[in-house]
Amino acid sequence: MTGKTDVALNSVMAPLTLKMESLQLSMKNFRLKTKQQELLLRIGVLCLVYVLAFITRLFSVLRYESMIHEFDPYFNYRTTLYLTEKGFYDFWNWFDYESWYPLGRIIGGTLYPGLMVTAALIYWTLRLLSFAVHIREVCVLTAPFFASNTTIVAYFFGKELWDSGAGLVAAALIAICPGYISRSVAGSYDNEGVAIFALLMTFYLFVKAVNTGSLAWSVASAFGYFYMVSAWGGYIFIINLIPIYVLVLLVTGRYSLRLYIAYNCMYILGMLLAMQIRFVGFQHVQSGEHMAAMGVFFLMQVFYFVDWVKHQLDDPKLFQAFLKITVTGAVGAGGLALGLGMASGYISPWTGRFYSLLDPTYAKDHIPIIASVSEHQPTAWSSFMFDFHILLIFFPAGLYFCFRRLTDATIFIVLYGLTSLYFAGVMVRLILVATPAVCLISAIAVSASVKNLAVLVRSKPKAASSVVSKGSSSLKASAKISVDQSLPFQRRGAGILILGILYLLTSYVTHCTWVTSEAYSSPSIVLAARGAHGDRVIFDDYREAYFWLRQNTPPDAKVMSWWDYGYQITAMGNRTVIVDNNTWNNTHIATVGRAMSSYEHEAYEIMQSLDVDYVLVVFGGVTGYSSDDINKFLWMVRIGGGVFPVIKESDYLVNGEYRVDKGAAPKMLNCLMYKLCYHRFGELSTEYGRPPGWDRARGVEIGNKNVKLEFLEEAFTTSNWIVRIYKVKPPVNRW
Amino acid sequence: MAVLRLIAALLMLSPILSLAFSPENPTNQRILVLLDDLAIKSSHSIFFKSLTDRGYNLDFKLADDPKLSLQRYGQYLYDGLIIFAPSAERLGGALDLPAVLDFVDSGHDLILAADTTTSDLIRDIAAECGVDFDEDPEALVIDHTSYAISKTDTGHTLIVSDNVIDSKVILGEKKLEAPVLFQGIAHSLNPANSLVLKVLSASPSAYSANPKAEISNPPALIGSSISLVSVVQGRNNARIVISGSLDLFSNKFMKSAVKTFGSSVEHGKSGNEQFVSELSKWVFHERGHLKAVNVQHHKIGETVEPATYRITDYLEYSVEIFEWTGKDWKPYVADDVQVQFYMMSPYVLKTLSHNNKGLYSTSFQVPDVYGVFQFKIEYRRLGYTSLSLSKQIPVRPFRHNEYERFIISAYPYYGGAFSMMAGFFIFGLVFLYHK
Repeated sequence: MTGKTDVALNSVMAPLTLKMESLQLSMKNFRLKTKQQELLLRIGVLCLVYVLAFITRLFSVLRYESMIHEFDPYFNYRTTLYLTEKGFYDFWNWFDYESWYPLGRIIGGTLYPGLMVTAALIYWTLRLLSFAVHIREVCVLTAPFFASNTTIVAYFFGKELWDSGAGLVAAALIAICPGYISRSVAGSYDNEGVAIFALLMTFYLFVKAVNTGSLAWSVASAFGYFYMVSAWGGYIFIINLIPIYVLVLLVTGRYSLRLYIAYNCMYILGMLLAMQIRFVGFQHVQSGEHMAAMGVFFLMQVFYFVDWVKHQLDDPKLFQAFLKITVTGAVGAGGLALGLGMASGYISPWTGRFYSLLDPTYAKDHIPIIASVSEHQPTAWSSFMFDFHILLIFFPAGLYFCFRRLTDATIFIVLYGLTSLYFAGVMVRLILVATPAVCLISAIAVSASVKNLAVLVRSKPKAASSVVSKGSSSLKASAKISVDQSLPFQRRGAGILILGILYLLTSYVTHCTWVTSEAYSSPSIVLAARGAHGDRVIFDDYREAYFWLRQNTPPDAKVMSWWDYGYQITAMGNRTVIVDNNTWNNTHIATVGRAMSSYEHEAYEIMQSLDVDYVLVVFGGVTGYSSDDINKFLWMVRIGGGVFPVIKESDYLVNGEYRVDKGAAPKMLNCLMYKLCYHRFGELSTEYGRPPGWDRARGVEIGNKNVKLEFLEEAFTTSNWIVRIYKVKPPVNRW
Repeated sequence: MAVLRLIAALLMLSPILSLAFSPENPTNQRILVLLDDLAIKSSHSIFFKSLTDRGYNLDFKLADDPKLSLQRYGQYLYDGLIIFAPSAERLGGALDLPAVLDFVDSGHDLILAADTTTSDLIRDIAAECGVDFDEDPEALVIDHTSYAISKTDTGHTLIVSDNVIDSKVILGEKKLEAPVLFQGIAHSLNPANSLVLKVLSASPSAYSANPKAEISNPPALIGSSISLVSVVQGRNNARIVISGSLDLFSNKFMKSAVKTFGSSVEHGKSGNEQFVSELSKWVFHERGHLKAVNVQHHKIGETVEPATYRITDYLEYSVEIFEWTGKDWKPYVADDVQVQFYMMSPYVLKTLSHNNKGLYSTSFQVPDVYGVFQFKIEYRRLGYTSLSLSKQIPVRPFRHNEYERFIISAYPYYGGAFSMMAGFFIFGLVFLYHK
């Protein structure tokens, strides 16, 4: 057992192998029993995995600095700061009037507080222990810390599903899986960081509850669910997956009292607890997305009742008749209740986000604001390869092993894996949800096959049968091997296969490390590029601009920008914004989109009505930074046009083509966004051998080089022109 | 000793310092007068004397004086500017069109007079203020029905008009006693400019043409669309008077008797003196200058201004409004001052009641909508400086524990919950111990 686990792990943690070997040697000196050795080894491996999961996420801190990344994390950071400064009561009732001017946002009631409370608790604990840390450091390291915790949960989950070997492999796999790292590097202070931990914890505890039928585990899983609800909107996945799982068990005739206890307790307690989160509120009883869970809950009661009646009645005929009546009655009542609830509006229909999960094309046609987010795009096959690497190969193998040994637990992981993989195909960001399942199932594959092969390798040809009989847990698999025993070169073949798996796992480690360091450790608030001589060039324009705002504008100045930058402006610039990344009010965003895509004088009226003082645009024409506002502009037009039909997408296109050069549409060349981005750009030579006004992000010479602004004036442009800030002029004095 | 000398110097300076224009003392004190010709100083002495009598320091300069400068070290040297130099093609020193406009845009006042010969510079300044003089350089305002009977004027270019704007703020309490004599060029108001106003307009029979030439085309400016004297009050409350006639301000016109053609009444003295001096009082902020101070708002029953209100709070709002009389501030009395509680559109619009001492106040309930509101007063009345106050105040929703704790209509639910608990407890006892 020890040896096999060791093999599997060696491959995963090649650099640690030597250490392990020496550990093993030293253990022999102590002459421990095999069991104790195994335990020590397991703990040792887990500890190392725990540390590994943490340190592999520190690339961004080493490369750049300890800073918060991207967009949403800035909001989370700001709220956490507020929580630690003002306390929980004020946080819970926080009405923020610095965002969504002039509407304001009830932050306390529209966020998932789990992340902030977690970070604040860590912070307060550290303070109590008199570690004088800054809250920012806590926030930066929260996600890696929880990733480490996730590995422990993965170990226990794997152990529950298969055996401790699979658990160890799962822990190691998930520790460095890029799909998870993408959301949990240091600085990526987002809900998902803790939510994946909570998700896996809930699933593990629920499976444990189903396996044991224990109320205690079930209550624990309800609390896990509560933590998940408090942390991330993805809890909706749990509240739908578990009923599906229960339904599958019911249909396959695996109904048991264990399941009854586990589900009912978890559902009722979890629902009551979830209602304590203001943002979720009564959704568990009122929203269409949560109705599956409730339906299954009632179905369980019917099942139990019918079971009881069957127990009481001896007459099968009578029971059949009773069953018919009950089932029709129950289904009828359920359907009627659902219909009435829907019709009366008590049960809200499914939201657009939910629809777009089931039907990937839905958002594109109906909700541009969801479709405009890059992480909501359907996943390209290459990102599966990128994020899972060899796990994609192990996954089907793992499914095979799961089907070979169907238990309540493996059915769960199979369901989890398949559904989440579907969702991962629908939206890029949901790869994250699939990652734990893929890791666990792959771990089963790796562990089971290595174990089987190791049995072959270690068996002496004659004594093979005795080994088989000793085979600890996977009897069926071992039986299969004993059949194959007659094959020639069996031992050597098995050895080669083990080497092959080892090689795959090694390359997995290499790949993961490479991906982490190259792709997922960029803070995206500080951009890095390779200079002409291969040296690293850092563009720190965002922070430059935000600090300019903070230092040079009046404290109550209102800044209009596209919503992507809202959180950053409030968090770093400390200024009021019109819209931000919490896209709760589509009309408000559309108004900004309309202003950006109107002519200057029309935009001026809109800006006056919103009391806008400054306009901020992001422009990549000088640096070749492609995710700038000009490239996002069509979404502004679409979102603006969705609410204000005066804005038509076709006005900005030429023959269905989006261009900014001489051939661009006249409206495009004169809209506010174009003017703000290309103001004074016509005078600038960006590349040697190109005419002035050469846009490097799009590789064209711009069409309108003589941009004159009438109602705005340039206030600040960062050193690389990435962020440009304009001041809205007051009305003309004499007119 | 040095200290004493310093104090003495300060004491000597203090009257000068206190004379300077300030928000507390909005009447102009130091005025630069630009002339074509120093003879105007004597030919228009009545007007100038009326100004100096009212306490202004006039600084007469030739328009092409090379040392002209409106500001030094970023500070304006003057509070007002009178340009009586219609034929000046360019101004001396550092003065040019942008300098004059900057002077106005930084809140200073201007009187601009054109005449039969008006240079492009003067036209440009006027055009920037929304006034377009007749483009024909030879054209004068001609009126064959309401002209003043005169021996020298044969072309009916010396016209009379009593067609003045009906505003006591601009032209004083007293009605114009005699018609105003005018000889000069016509101008029209740019329709795109919403701030420019006709103060003196021509009669419907007037037109603008060259009196010496025959008219081949219908004149561009005719009838009462011709403005003779116009005023502009900028958004920063700077005031501008533009006149098509320099003679309007002259001693000759002020003193001359007026007999309008077709009228039997002969006025011994024209209305020019009254008109000009009242207009100069307005333009130099002796009248119609309002200030709003001491804006206060608080919850009813409290006195401290909160940082934020809660929806459905009751609040009181008050502001004091004063009017400048030329010497001191006296309470402004009007029944049409309104306050808005505004977030993208007014949610509350209330007329303020006042106590005749300048204190305007009202109270209302905050609407049941949260967001960032503003207390807004947008008070714009003809002739008065505009009052535009806005004060931002966030309105927050209820805190989670500010709702009613127990609601009567929910008693059945409370009953249900507690009876359930009791029932479960009893059931548990019976189930466990009853065999």
